[in-house]
Amino acid sequence: MIQRKKHNNVLPGFGPSLGFTIFYLSVIVLIPLSALVFRAAGLTWGEFIDTVTAPRVLASYKVTFGSAIIAACINSVFGVIVAWVLVRYRFPGRRIVDALVDLPFALPTAVAGITLATIYSPNGWIGKILEPHGIKIAFTPLGIILAMTFIGLPFVVRTVQPVIEEIEVELEEAAVCLGANRLQTILRVIVPLLLPSVITGFALSFARGVGEYGSIIFIAGNMPMVSEITPLLIITKLEQFDYRGATAIACVMLLASFSMLLVINLLQRWTRRFAE
Amino acid sequence: MSIEIEHVHKQFGTFAALNDVSLTIPSGELVALLGPSGSGKTTLLRIIAGLESSDGGRILFNGTDTTESHVRERKVGFVFQHYALFRHMTVFENVAFGLRVRPRATRPSNSEIKAKVTELLRLVQLEVLAERYPAQLSGGQRQRIALARALAVEPQVLLLDEPFGALDAQVRAELRRWLRKLHDEIHITSVFVTHDQEEALEVADRIVVMNKGKIEQSGTPDQVYEHPANPFVLNFLGDVNLFHGRILQANGHVDTGENAVSYVRSHDIEIERTPLDSTALQAVVKHIQKLGPSVRVTLDIAGNNDFVEAELTRDVFHNLGLQHGERVYVRPRQVRVFVEDYQI
Repeated sequence: MIQRKKHNNVLPGFGPSLGFTIFYLSVIVLIPLSALVFRAAGLTWGEFIDTVTAPRVLASYKVTFGSAIIAACINSVFGVIVAWVLVRYRFPGRRIVDALVDLPFALPTAVAGITLATIYSPNGWIGKILEPHGIKIAFTPLGIILAMTFIGLPFVVRTVQPVIEEIEVELEEAAVCLGANRLQTILRVIVPLLLPSVITGFALSFARGVGEYGSIIFIAGNMPMVSEITPLLIITKLEQFDYRGATAIACVMLLASFSMLLVINLLQRWTRRFAE
Repeated sequence: MSIEIEHVHKQFGTFAALNDVSLTIPSGELVALLGPSGSGKTTLLRIIAGLESSDGGRILFNGTDTTESHVRERKVGFVFQHYALFRHMTVFENVAFGLRVRPRATRPSNSEIKAKVTELLRLVQLEVLAERYPAQLSGGQRQRIALARALAVEPQVLLLDEPFGALDAQVRAELRRWLRKLHDEIHITSVFVTHDQEEALEVADRIVVMNKGKIEQSGTPDQVYEHPANPFVLNFLGDVNLFHGRILQANGHVDTGENAVSYVRSHDIEIERTPLDSTALQAVVKHIQKLGPSVRVTLDIAGNNDFVEAELTRDVFHNLGLQHGERVYVRPRQVRVFVEDYQI
């Protein structure tokens, strides 16, 4: 609702702040993105469809979105556990662990990619252990999931952490007094309260995974049709001066990401219906 | 169901939260654990519930030792100070929770659950709010829902931890009258923790006064108010004035000449214009404070520079027509004298 009354808020009014928001989003987000669409509009409809549905491109969508969803799922489970431990337990080195969680935010993605590739390659520290069991991570699609998990972890931990802090121990005690066992307390009391924040964390982690480039190209092996991600394909097109093709693929990615995030947001709102 | 607490001890690091506490709560009584913060009253309540384990001693429910049994098996209803309602569930689902988590064999059918919950919501007079979420309720309503939720599992004992502590004064007064009425209807053995003496005096059948991990006195509200066992209980149950003195005439229990302290409740102090007898003390009116139905007068006992507070009804105050700085006579109506915690 548009506010009519004056001087009923401490902060500057609705008008100036909305104006600023629209201007700011336009400069930072909307204008660059619409330039992208304009560039792609240079193609005819047929050319556009051909470009974005080429088999190699389709395979890359599958690798990118599939890996990002799997990585976000992994993060949603383990990120919640990490957040739970950090909030609920006091142990020596807790602050250090807490700081470690943010490291994937700060580390240059190329560094992360090279490090992961080194450790998980068949002669790396961890790869050496896995190799005899027939598990190869570096230079396979598994490597993509690993890199996406690495860079997405802080998103889940940092969105879930404050929500766990708000869940009073008394809620668990109340559930136990009422006869609930441990599993019932978790499923009926804790999970529903955490769910909205877990979904937000999932969405952020997923979005980050879809957009990731730097760390993945070092560990993925980048085999066309198998372990080639869409962002890499776009770069390849750019290097071949196929600007229109690159922007066409980018448009598809943009649309797919936006609609998935929209769905996740609606889902998140539904799980929080009790707070309204 | 009766509760027996035998020599319970609880230690938090170097701090003894409960020190050899023994207490018997007869079946069907509403008992108040009264004491200042840090007196161990909440710890005792949580040990009865099984939410906290004791370091020594036993808890018996109806003569059966429950010390080792899990919270889930004790069948206690627990009401928390800050309600602890499940905010993602409607009022109905909150109350139904205890029934829904039962093992399949003993779980009531959906229609039975509906009937039970509706009955409980009627008991707490909140049927119309069944489909609301806790966030949409007032504090008093939330606490009533919390109570209905605790009663849904048909507990043998109801334990309330400062149930009205987070509510404003008017709602608090209303709810405690309601709790008393509810208890008269369902007669469940109930223990509630409070630091508000007025609340304990109004609601409880029996008051257990606690201090520093020990029970100072246990008795009916009249007993603890009229016959406090020691200066702590006297002090805690109402405003008192202290007069330091010396025993002039011994009565066998104490020696003449020993130091003693006499305690007079502020509403037991009478103010007069002319001294009736030799027990009246001369004083100067220092301060007058009107507190709704009563008036608090601060007096300076002449020569002693000891301040004494008297509480008068508005009528008495108006009849006297006291003025600031006026010289008057003060006479204690009822004096309790303690020599080192021993009352004469």
